[in-house]
Amino acid sequence: MVEFWAAVLALAILLYILLDGFDLGVGMLFPFARSEAERRRMLASIAPVWDGNETWLVVAAATLFGAFPAVFSIVLSAFYLPLFILLAGLILRGVAFEFRYKATTSRPLWDAGFVAGSYAVAFVQGTAVGAIVQGIPIAHGMFAGSAFSWASPFSLFCGLGLCIGYALMGACWMAGKSDAPLRDFCFRVLPGLVIALGVFLVAVFIWSLLLRLPVLHRWIERPVLLLCPLLGAVAFLGLIVAIRRGRDRFLFAAAAVIFVAAFATLAGSFLPYMLPFSMTIWQAASPSSSLTFLFWGAGVFVLPLTLAYTLIVYFVFRGRIVEHED
Amino acid sequence: MTTMDMTALLLSRIQFAFTISFHIIFPAFTIGLAAWLTFLEACHLLTGEHIYRRLSDFWLKIFAVAFGLGVVSGIVMAFQFGTNWSELSRRTGPIQGPLLGYESFTAFALEAAFFGVLMFGRDRVPRWAYLVACLMVALGTSLSAFWIMVNNSWMQYPTGFSLTPDGIFVPVDWSAIIFNQAVWTRFPHMILAAYVTSAFCVAATGAWYMLRGKAVQEGRAMVAMGLRLAAILVPVQIGVGHLVGDFVHDRQPAKFAAIEGRWNDQQPASEILFAVPDPAAERNRLEVAVPYLGSIIGSLSLTSNEVGIRSFPPQDRPPIAVPFFAFRAMVGCGLLMLAIAWFGAWLSFGDRLPKARLFLAATALSFPLGFVATLTGWFTAEVGRQPWTVYGQLRTADAATPFLSTHEVAATFVLIASIYMLIFGFGVLYIYRLLRAGPVPTPAISLHGTNPSRPLSLPGASPGASRPAEIGE
Repeated sequence: MVEFWAAVLALAILLYILLDGFDLGVGMLFPFARSEAERRRMLASIAPVWDGNETWLVVAAATLFGAFPAVFSIVLSAFYLPLFILLAGLILRGVAFEFRYKATTSRPLWDAGFVAGSYAVAFVQGTAVGAIVQGIPIAHGMFAGSAFSWASPFSLFCGLGLCIGYALMGACWMAGKSDAPLRDFCFRVLPGLVIALGVFLVAVFIWSLLLRLPVLHRWIERPVLLLCPLLGAVAFLGLIVAIRRGRDRFLFAAAAVIFVAAFATLAGSFLPYMLPFSMTIWQAASPSSSLTFLFWGAGVFVLPLTLAYTLIVYFVFRGRIVEHED
Repeated sequence: MTTMDMTALLLSRIQFAFTISFHIIFPAFTIGLAAWLTFLEACHLLTGEHIYRRLSDFWLKIFAVAFGLGVVSGIVMAFQFGTNWSELSRRTGPIQGPLLGYESFTAFALEAAFFGVLMFGRDRVPRWAYLVACLMVALGTSLSAFWIMVNNSWMQYPTGFSLTPDGIFVPVDWSAIIFNQAVWTRFPHMILAAYVTSAFCVAATGAWYMLRGKAVQEGRAMVAMGLRLAAILVPVQIGVGHLVGDFVHDRQPAKFAAIEGRWNDQQPASEILFAVPDPAAERNRLEVAVPYLGSIIGSLSLTSNEVGIRSFPPQDRPPIAVPFFAFRAMVGCGLLMLAIAWFGAWLSFGDRLPKARLFLAATALSFPLGFVATLTGWFTAEVGRQPWTVYGQLRTADAATPFLSTHEVAATFVLIASIYMLIFGFGVLYIYRLLRAGPVPTPAISLHGTNPSRPLSLPGASPGASRPAEIGE
């Protein structure tokens, strides 16, 4: 049962990264649009799906609290300040979609909130990953650091890296979703983003070696893990080829594989730890009476339903954005 | 354990009180509105009269904005359990985690899915299926409320658990936790509060239209339907409220004494109608009391001994002023609503409503009553539970994140409060614009770029992402 909920949590987080990743990326590229028409197309490419995407963050948080309250309480309190910035960012992003069209004079305000919110959310998430990889100080099952323990040069660098990664996914998504002007925009920004991501990945790897992060030992113990970065590298090359040949339908898939590979690398090097290397999934899990109770309603019924629902939404809104000139 | 500084603790409490008070306004409205929409759709399906359809279309737009604001403001709540109350979530997580997990899952699976049908499916599904979707949204909002009330009732009256040596609450009997004795009065109390609140919003809007001579037919229907419903529900609510009070009397005597403003044990006890409690002197000033009534309300007897707050050690006493005044505000609003509802229902049978302009003005101004009653009721329940977060088991001071500094909490509080004010301000403005425009026939909303599952967005009568040329007034 513990393994089931750990798998659910991993799936929810992965889906969240892949899905909200690209719509956060669109938010980050939003200010570089050159006209209101282009901005509208950008929003239209994510409008039908962005909130469904964020649902997976709620699923992940609910699963974490429901099944692994020990980690929930440590992680949320350890990232106290950045989490509130993340929440503020999510709210500003969320209301911008509707408010900007309801507003009579305050549209620039909502647009600014949309952009700032997107950057803030991505940066905080990347920083959190970096800080967790470095290790969160824990004593007696409680966070034992200070208000800014999460902020190290390494973690902030990871925050920057995730911003680049999400922007890349956003550009890939829009390229496959739109025609001419917006598609051209995407192909203009993509080479720079790919180079930046490549540089980041190499830099973060070397930095990890220099910091002697404990996570690296895992790679020596578990050489099979090296398959994941290998898969990522193949996808990276595929992405470069796709950009050069203008194969816009292939872009997002390649970017997604890079993220899946990165996620699998991290998850593979952590397991069975949830917080490396201080708390395993079994230490973090609720007693079995809680997990079983959660399983029979949420696990059997609600999760498959939400998954099916996500698939249906993406199926209904497949294809490119169509312009409606009134 | 309590290394936390007291200002940070107080600020954390105020922050939670602020966000949850802000949040409850929207569910209190949407739970009732969802039922109201279902009722209108059923009427339309059965009678075929077009006015029900117009009313339903109109209130759906309001519902959409309120629903969105409720979801957005609710997300912060879930995270606050971990950020500001990490000890609570660590120690009671095995119980509260699954309960709140069920709430999120229900909310997002049931409400969001069928909410999409409500918003975008009017012309895509048969009429009976649309009615079913309304019903499912109403069911979903009520189920959400159910899980929240289960969770809160467990905090008020913890049952079905055992404590590990390191203070973790382990569930041993889920049916004792869910079918907690407190739930069965507190859940109906909340649902009825939502229904009454919505009924008064509907009636007030209708009265406003009648006064302005606008959409008069719809306005009259709203006043009549809203007040007649309230005329039945308000007395039921007062009765259920009394049962909630009985539970508090039996299980949370310190809270009951605070509500009553009773400092010393008294036999037979009098009922204090008004007073200004003076915690320093441990007595009341300007007290107006009715002899015997305290014993009658507390124990249905003329001779019972009723416990006073001084019978509890100081460290176990709740604050007095908030429960005392909040309770009286709640009851006051309730009685006021009872008067308006009964008088209005009487006027509505016959043709006296249009001429009773003074009464219509009073009704139009009565829309905050339900919200105020709901909020003050929650203040009574939550402040009265202090100094405990889990009654008798876990003190609030031990539930907070132990290492938070005043600066940190102050910073996040300012951030969240300003954002809430901003979106609340604009959200209310947009609701006001919709209300002012009234139930006019609207062109079909464009289906392009809209999503059947928009749990986090604020759809409504926006011109739609693909037609921005129509923006503005």
